Amino acid sequence: MSGSHAHALHYHGHSPVHHLPAEIKLVGLLVFVLSVVSTRPTAIWAFSGYALILMIALGLSEVPARFFITRMAIDLPFVLFALLIPFVGVEPKIAIGPFAISEPGLLSAWNILVKATLGAGASVMLAATTEVPDLLRGLQRLKVPVVLVAIASFMIRYLDVVAGEFRRTRVAMAARGHNPRTVFDAKPLAVAGGALFIRSYERGERVHQAMLARGYDGTWPSSGNERIAAKTWIVGLTPALFAVIVAIAARLL
Amino acid sequence: MIGLKVTDLSFHYPDRTQALNGINFQIEPGERVGLLGPNGAGKTTLLLHLNGLLRAAEGTIQVGDLTLSDEVLSEVRRMVGFVFQDPDDQLFMATVAEDVAFGPANFGFGQAEVDRRVESALAAVGESDLAPRAPHHLSGGERRKVAIATVLSTDSALLVLDEPTSNLDPAGRRELVNLLASLPATLLVVSHDLPFVLELCPRSLIIDQGRIVADGETRQLMLDRELLAKHRLELPYGFDPANIADR
Amino acid sequence: MHMPDGYINLATSAGAAVVAAGGVAISLRNSGKELAERQVPLAGLTAAYVFAVQMLNFPIAAGTSGHLLGGALAAILLGPTLGALVVTVVVVMQALLFADGGVSALGLNVLNMALVTAVVGWLVFRWLMKVLPARTSSAVVSSMVAAAVSVVASATAFVIEYSLGGQGGVAVRTVLQAMVGVHALIGLGEGLITALTVGTVLAVRPDLVKGAADLPLVTDRTAPSRATTVTFVVGGLVAALVLVFVLAPIASSAPDGLEKVALDMGFSEAATDHPVGGPLADYGVSGVDSERAGTVLAGTIGVAATFAIGLAIATLLRRRRAT
Repeated sequence: MSGSHAHALHYHGHSPVHHLPAEIKLVGLLVFVLSVVSTRPTAIWAFSGYALILMIALGLSEVPARFFITRMAIDLPFVLFALLIPFVGVEPKIAIGPFAISEPGLLSAWNILVKATLGAGASVMLAATTEVPDLLRGLQRLKVPVVLVAIASFMIRYLDVVAGEFRRTRVAMAARGHNPRTVFDAKPLAVAGGALFIRSYERGERVHQAMLARGYDGTWPSSGNERIAAKTWIVGLTPALFAVIVAIAARLL
Repeated sequence: MIGLKVTDLSFHYPDRTQALNGINFQIEPGERVGLLGPNGAGKTTLLLHLNGLLRAAEGTIQVGDLTLSDEVLSEVRRMVGFVFQDPDDQLFMATVAEDVAFGPANFGFGQAEVDRRVESALAAVGESDLAPRAPHHLSGGERRKVAIATVLSTDSALLVLDEPTSNLDPAGRRELVNLLASLPATLLVVSHDLPFVLELCPRSLIIDQGRIVADGETRQLMLDRELLAKHRLELPYGFDPANIADR
Repeated sequence: MHMPDGYINLATSAGAAVVAAGGVAISLRNSGKELAERQVPLAGLTAAYVFAVQMLNFPIAAGTSGHLLGGALAAILLGPTLGALVVTVVVVMQALLFADGGVSALGLNVLNMALVTAVVGWLVFRWLMKVLPARTSSAVVSSMVAAAVSVVASATAFVIEYSLGGQGGVAVRTVLQAMVGVHALIGLGEGLITALTVGTVLAVRPDLVKGAADLPLVTDRTAPSRATTVTFVVGGLVAALVLVFVLAPIASSAPDGLEKVALDMGFSEAATDHPVGGPLADYGVSGVDSERAGTVLAGTIGVAATFAIGLAIATLLRRRRAT
């Protein structure tokens, strides 16, 4: 089968980071990102600290650097937006070559760039080292409403199926000469989209029948209740802990 | 192994004309019966009644000792193992193991028992290694076998299969035939694959326009070319049931 | 449209997360019974559908492309609560599985892309269907307007969030003008796609359009023709230009209000801008005396710059895909 969309950022491995329970990684990710966002942009050394923490985690995870960097390219449009800001920003302005660059705008651009990049890097770390079923179980154990987790589970399960149907429809359309260049050509795509919704919905009805046939009565199976040792939590959250220390230091110093 | 008895079953969809018009037939415990008929004849509609996914206005369905009703719905669904035409509709969990565990978990077995059942069901279909895999990464043949495992894990005594050989390559088809032949369950198989039905099912029913129009030994039905043609059925090129020895 | 970390400060991100969580909780409670029965697999399949459609870039012009948000479409098809939940799941999973959208910005992204679009899209659709004749063509037009308005509402939400918690450096006014221009165009595309999709579903399985389920619609036999599409697009472009040239200067009093609120609340670090007659430095257009012209110019630059960036990105991506 062709590459699964839902696994686009996953890098299969057996590192300590891979084996860490998903709920610990989720909490660690959140704490790390909040630490980064709460830091004022002028504390440049702090961001070096955050980057160091991320690199160490990357090393421990045995995920190749190139994989990591290319997956962060989703950041790209915002990098370009951020680069625009110094040109339309507010006073005071300084002259760089022929341009009048806004100083606050420059700071703002740096702020966005560094935080967006660190945040994206941390998110890629999570996605790369966590299998999808484990991620969903982790969310469930973190008390995310089970209904939402169930919807997410179905979404991921059927994403490839639905995307595949859509792709085949577009291939068939292309085979009959439809080559969308302008928005006027969007109509057949949208019509195909409507048909795709109907097919997806009807599949949803069949899936529901299959669930009923195997005794589904509205309650979702639990995610298991294995207790995770406190030691595992502490070890797993160490990077996040360091991030918090950096954040506090940046506030105080 | 349990039997099935359908009496005077009639059903109309609210907006479409397809209906069942007084279906009558009986299957003995352990029998293997094929269900043939043209598209639109009502085959899938009939199957959906057998575990209460559709409820008929008239007629009764008796599964083993139980007469189908709201009170015994859950038990009937445990006894009837439904294998859908598209395995993607049936494998909806994140991993194979979770799919095979879905039935037993819903029917109230404890975790240890559920795990044991998952293991033995996957072993019965010869795909024990697939347990941690995601269903959308499996091949068509693997999905079909896992789909069968999902109904084996509940010890279903009556297996109902809708076009099980569709989209299988010849080797996959052969594996499926061998697997089904080895199962100690009553079988009702809807299929367009006539050689498959002849090989597996000594007896067959033909349904057309919501009625049973023939019920008898599969080989005899297939030798009756007029009967087949009348219901848009046809033997594959070069296939002569008279030359096939009994299995 | 998926905000990364760093655009909005922590306090506003947290506040948005609280609001979003509240909205999700309300949606869960309101759809509780349906979800427990049939709708979990349906919601999941619809989420897969929205995700799959979002992955498709639809062409705008000359190599640029945009993609569907889907909030209004989900609401019109499934109802506001289920629609909001479906898109929420899509947005959260995109952040966790695809690093698309910052984790700290999850509250903001869910709020803007799932809750605001679904609620606004639904309300506009239903209100229009009340006043328009009960025909399927009305539903098609209503869904187009509802989707376009939902996009503008989403952008407005972003501007409000930016005025509260933006990291400074750009005047809120400038952000508003840029956003208005860009989202007028995005809204056009969203409206078009939504309208055509809803039209198709209505033609085949009208029972699947929750927004119109209780309305007895007369079916028009007129399928959308190329002429209709042209009318939509041209009309939408005109509307977008009207927004930029007429409304943006008029709206310049509004961001003053927002900035004042922000300053009073002590959130905004933006330099103190003065209204009419004050320095024009923050528009970055020196030598233009008329404030109105400066405003319009800034807005147009915003739109043009976005177009140029989008074009560059699209060309880059297309070349990568071609290799």
